[in-house]
Amino acid sequence: MDRQLDISLTVNGEAVTRRVEARTNLVDFLRYELGLTGSHVGCEHGVCGACTVRVDGRIVRGCLMIAAQADGTEVWTIEGVSETGEIRDLQEAFVERNALQCGFCTPGMLLTLSEMMERFPDAGRDEIREYISGNYCRCTGYQAIVDAVEIARAKGGSS
Amino acid sequence: MKPAPFAYARAVTLEDAFGLLTEHGDAAKILAGGQSLMATLNMRLSEPDVLIDINHIQGLAGIEDTGDTLRIGAMTRHVDIETSPLVAAHAPLIALAMTHIAHPAIRNRGSIGGSIAFADPAAELPACAIALQATMHIAGRDGTRHVAAADFFRGLYETALGPEEILTGISVPKIASGWKSGFMELARRHGDYAIIGLAAHVEISGDTFGDARLVFFNAGDRPVSAQKTAALLRDRTWSDDLADQMAESLKDELDPPDDLNADGPMRKHLAGVLVRRTLAPLAAPLTGEQ
Repeated sequence: MDRQLDISLTVNGEAVTRRVEARTNLVDFLRYELGLTGSHVGCEHGVCGACTVRVDGRIVRGCLMIAAQADGTEVWTIEGVSETGEIRDLQEAFVERNALQCGFCTPGMLLTLSEMMERFPDAGRDEIREYISGNYCRCTGYQAIVDAVEIARAKGGSS
Repeated sequence: MKPAPFAYARAVTLEDAFGLLTEHGDAAKILAGGQSLMATLNMRLSEPDVLIDINHIQGLAGIEDTGDTLRIGAMTRHVDIETSPLVAAHAPLIALAMTHIAHPAIRNRGSIGGSIAFADPAAELPACAIALQATMHIAGRDGTRHVAAADFFRGLYETALGPEEILTGISVPKIASGWKSGFMELARRHGDYAIIGLAAHVEISGDTFGDARLVFFNAGDRPVSAQKTAALLRDRTWSDDLADQMAESLKDELDPPDDLNADGPMRKHLAGVLVRRTLAPLAAPLTGEQ
């Protein structure tokens, strides 16, 4: 059985075909094969959330899924959702409220929060914190991140 | 870290998967949701030669109302259980447990079958399966067999699954009238593995308890059903005195391990705290129905 295989998927709306090592995880594939370095690699065992990307409409850990499993799926990364403007209000609120410092967690944080705003548009502060409990931020203490969600929502809520 | 090299095989039918298991034996691992497996591979705690991906086998995912039970397919992802009206209505214990399982991104991918077959002693769903007296459906080349949850978990990460068998689903009896469920766990951060947790399923008529099942997780090498302590509830109403008796009883009945998060005596203490916090609201529906 081969340790290399061909995969075809859609990334940020574009069709992609590549030959990958079976052991290559999704986030490394996006970063090294496609040059999409917005998704970050932190702990590599599913704890920190820096590698969060969207696969078939749901956020996942890019380090806990191999690229081979993404064959046939539709993947969106921070680059894609930034370009479409889908999360513009949230991004502007992050800037306005200083909801980042080093920025390492930010792409994963934004993708997680955009899913939360879609699933739970009325989430209170505790629920927001619960939803991002799987995304580590070592700079902000989370307060400003939660504030940013409230600001983005008040602006009309495009997550 | 990166995983050691392995080959990847996508099974499309159970027959495919059995063929691959026979061919590769111990060198193969089944890839379900992958949310525990991939982490252990990344840390090189495990170095299989082949991953057999069962995500594309038809019929392994979904929640079905079969009359007296809910049949939940092994590849049903946590998020689909969390948002299922059937589960909320008929298996509230599982519904309560779901949001304690890791984090949204992990629940989007992780599966109930993976969680049960992996049998982490700190996992929520094995304890729920025992408390609800669920049945595990196991497929092998020679057909399907059915194992009671209480007989399924055999030790640390050990289950009744044979080397060439696959867990295909779990049947959960619907909650009977007069029964209530409560679920709670103590963790330093929401979504982390519990220091200790409790899945409670109790019969209560008016304010008087009847049958009760109290299953603790991360309290031993597998889920621990505290039957002696649960029996103290029979024909009693809730009181501080009863809570104290149960907490005392748990100190005898449980033998939890020491680790970096807590030592055994602390876990025993926390077990009593969990009983109090979980059962008091069930006994006082007006102040906190669950």
